[in-house]
Amino acid sequence: MADLRSNFVGIKSPNPFWLASAPPTDKEYNVVRAFKAGWGGVVWKTLGEEGPPIVNVNGPRYGAIHGADRRLLGLNNIELITDRPLEINLAEIKKVKREWPDRAMVVSLMVPCEEEPWKKILKRVEETEADGVELNFGCPHGMSERGMGAAVGQVPEYIEMVARWCKQHTRMPVIVKLTPNITDIRMPARAALKGGADAVSLINTISSIVSVDLDNMAPMPTIDGKGSHGGYCGPAVKPIALNMVAEIARDAQTKGLPISAIGGITTWRDAAEFMSMSAGTVQVCTAAMTYGFKIVEEMKSGLARWMDEKGYATIEDFRGRAVPNVTDWQYLNLNYIAKAKIDQDACIKCGRCYAACEDTSHQAIMKEKDGKRHFEVMDDECVACNLCVEVCPVENCITMERMETGTDPRTGKPISKDYANWTQHPNNPMSLKAAE
Amino acid sequence: MSSSTAPDVKAGRLKVSQLEANFADLHPPLTDHEALVESDRCYFCYDAPCMNACPTTIDIPLFIREIQAGHPESAAKTIFNQNILGGMCARVCPTETLCEEACVREHAEGKPVKIGLLQRYATDQAMEKKHPFTRAASSGKKVAVVGAGPAGLACAHRLAMHGHDVEIFEARKKSGGLNEFGIAAYKSVDDFAQKEVDFILSLGGIKITHGKELGKGLTLAKLEKDYDAVFLGLGLSGVNALGVKHEEAKGVKDAVAYIADLRQAKDLSKLKVGRSVVVIGGGMTAIDIAVQSKLLGAEDVTILYRRGQDHMKASRFEQELAQTHGVNIRPWAMPKKLLTKDGKVVGLKVEETAMKGKTLEGTGVTFEVHADVIFKAIGQHFVDVTSGALVLHEGRIKVDEHKHTSRPKIWAGGDCTSGNQALTVAAVDDGRRAAEHMHVFLTGASHG
Repeated sequence: MADLRSNFVGIKSPNPFWLASAPPTDKEYNVVRAFKAGWGGVVWKTLGEEGPPIVNVNGPRYGAIHGADRRLLGLNNIELITDRPLEINLAEIKKVKREWPDRAMVVSLMVPCEEEPWKKILKRVEETEADGVELNFGCPHGMSERGMGAAVGQVPEYIEMVARWCKQHTRMPVIVKLTPNITDIRMPARAALKGGADAVSLINTISSIVSVDLDNMAPMPTIDGKGSHGGYCGPAVKPIALNMVAEIARDAQTKGLPISAIGGITTWRDAAEFMSMSAGTVQVCTAAMTYGFKIVEEMKSGLARWMDEKGYATIEDFRGRAVPNVTDWQYLNLNYIAKAKIDQDACIKCGRCYAACEDTSHQAIMKEKDGKRHFEVMDDECVACNLCVEVCPVENCITMERMETGTDPRTGKPISKDYANWTQHPNNPMSLKAAE
Repeated sequence: MSSSTAPDVKAGRLKVSQLEANFADLHPPLTDHEALVESDRCYFCYDAPCMNACPTTIDIPLFIREIQAGHPESAAKTIFNQNILGGMCARVCPTETLCEEACVREHAEGKPVKIGLLQRYATDQAMEKKHPFTRAASSGKKVAVVGAGPAGLACAHRLAMHGHDVEIFEARKKSGGLNEFGIAAYKSVDDFAQKEVDFILSLGGIKITHGKELGKGLTLAKLEKDYDAVFLGLGLSGVNALGVKHEEAKGVKDAVAYIADLRQAKDLSKLKVGRSVVVIGGGMTAIDIAVQSKLLGAEDVTILYRRGQDHMKASRFEQELAQTHGVNIRPWAMPKKLLTKDGKVVGLKVEETAMKGKTLEGTGVTFEVHADVIFKAIGQHFVDVTSGALVLHEGRIKVDEHKHTSRPKIWAGGDCTSGNQALTVAAVDDGRRAAEHMHVFLTGASHG
């Protein structure tokens, strides 16, 4: 049986599944339930500085995008950091960590962008014997209006500065949580590394308006006729998060920087994908908020089964293995020729591939043969775009088959076994002409 | 089995509460959420097979997508545009042999999208609202429609939409044709047929006169003279005979007439039902009368059919509906002799049949079945009430693809025409098609 234990920048947990800093980790009651359910760790919901706690709205905090049968695909929230007094949170953190010493207890923090408040709160967190801190530079709503959260995360110099303060004032590992609401995720990651952060976690939520109430002409969730942008998360954001994690993992400057991945992780497979892109742990929120804490059972057993099937004894055995295969477009092999192939036995003749190809792509699928409804790819038109594969409702009915030899019937050119990319292509004005 | 017992035919075999439960909606309507989930199953096929399988060519993928996007009334308009009786068709169409049989998900997994129920979901909602269509400016033309059945109503509605004034002549006291007087009661509950007629008439421009029958006071010559065009949706009024002796004996009934009585009965517990019922035939009417006899409290109900079950015109779904209601289907059996006592039927001598080459023949093996009531459900035929004014084909009115008859001002559709599929939905298609062609005739407008 695969060993799921994790040691992430010195923070140990029995499995790599942590609950992200969010409503599920706001208090002792929830966190204890999570640990009982088997979660490897939590990032306690963000603490603010001492004094009167922040307040939340008293109307709806969430909006969502649903798929068929109201499957929740994307969740949007306008909730702020914890609205409970600092003392209560700290006391609970200490108690829970004592009672659950084998679980990871990371505390999320967000205080004004000055050295003193950070110094002060770090001391208080250290007293709880928590395993580490996560700097919340990510929340795109509410707190960012007050110069915190994403307002810090969008300025790499601030990230570096705060990370440095934190490393100076605490012995605890420091994880910097990044906002995706930025053009190039490598910049804040480099800043965090420069400031001495032990790791980054990403992504925080994406600025979003999830829908508009067309009767009241206001964004959802609507509070007394008005709405504010929120932070988007859930399965819908996973591809964005995966790309950002990969960008940091393959950047020459941040390569090897530990990553705790966040963004729509719902099943073991999502977790494995993030880990293949070098994540050491994964943080989950929306899936737990949708289905409850029990989902971790499937995540753990699913990951372990897959690891067993693949022969990976520990997470380190496969962590980051997909990173070398993430490349720039310009290095993709232009001599790789494929054609779509429709399995006629599996085809149910819905014609979606035809409509997609004929209306929106390359007119490479026929809809009739011998007077009968029949869908077949015409190799002399097919550019192997894969759209038909994606719109086909039958799994594995349409596949991409590589052409190894012969001539591409579309271009009439012989198929070369050699690798050749855009940098070498004659149409590229910048291509290197070695022979000259 | 004794032929000597007196026939046991009486009313009130079941309690009223049981009868009410038995005659409830066969397929309860979808809830909003069910409709959303079901509509999401539609693949929005290219040149959709379901659409091509629909006799009225309803744009099924489009209407399902409109439901999915939260606009059932738009969906209903898409349906009504092709089939103004889409509400009834959603209830009575043998979808399992039409759209749902053609659905690619039937092909893929044996679970087609529930097109019929989605159609009902859309049309039910829209029929509670304002009529979805408006009339074009008046053309000043007058059209007579004979018969207020599905074909006549569909034709009248489309003509009225085009701005023509329509007068329907209907022999019965109520409109709707077989929707009102035929069709199993559990497929059209809550007086739906009349609600649908009201819905169609709410467009305006259609007047119905009841108690007017072609050949009885109403003549084709007069209609041709008084109106700019005429549509005949006469249906079938003749009942096919068994061709055995004593057919007139008490207890031998016409299934269609009995179903009409049943549909019109205000109190089902007052309807007389035999204890042992034998139905002869293999179509939808045979199934309908057999199942309803059972639901009314008959103890033994047997359908005798002279060929195999695969040959029955009733769909497999309908056959199974009968069987799950406890109806015994006895194929390869034909009536040989009616057994009577004091002028009343008491049973039937039946001969087994088999195919000899390509012909069906009796095997000589016979058996007797006890029956208090025998229903004839072996079809109906067209009775020509036009005094030979129209050319017939295979005993029914000959029409072309536009449902145009041999006379320039007369169109016809539904069961009375040759080549018709004997389905409500096919009659509706005839009516609409005829109306479009009549409109071209009346206005000189180009078709479409």
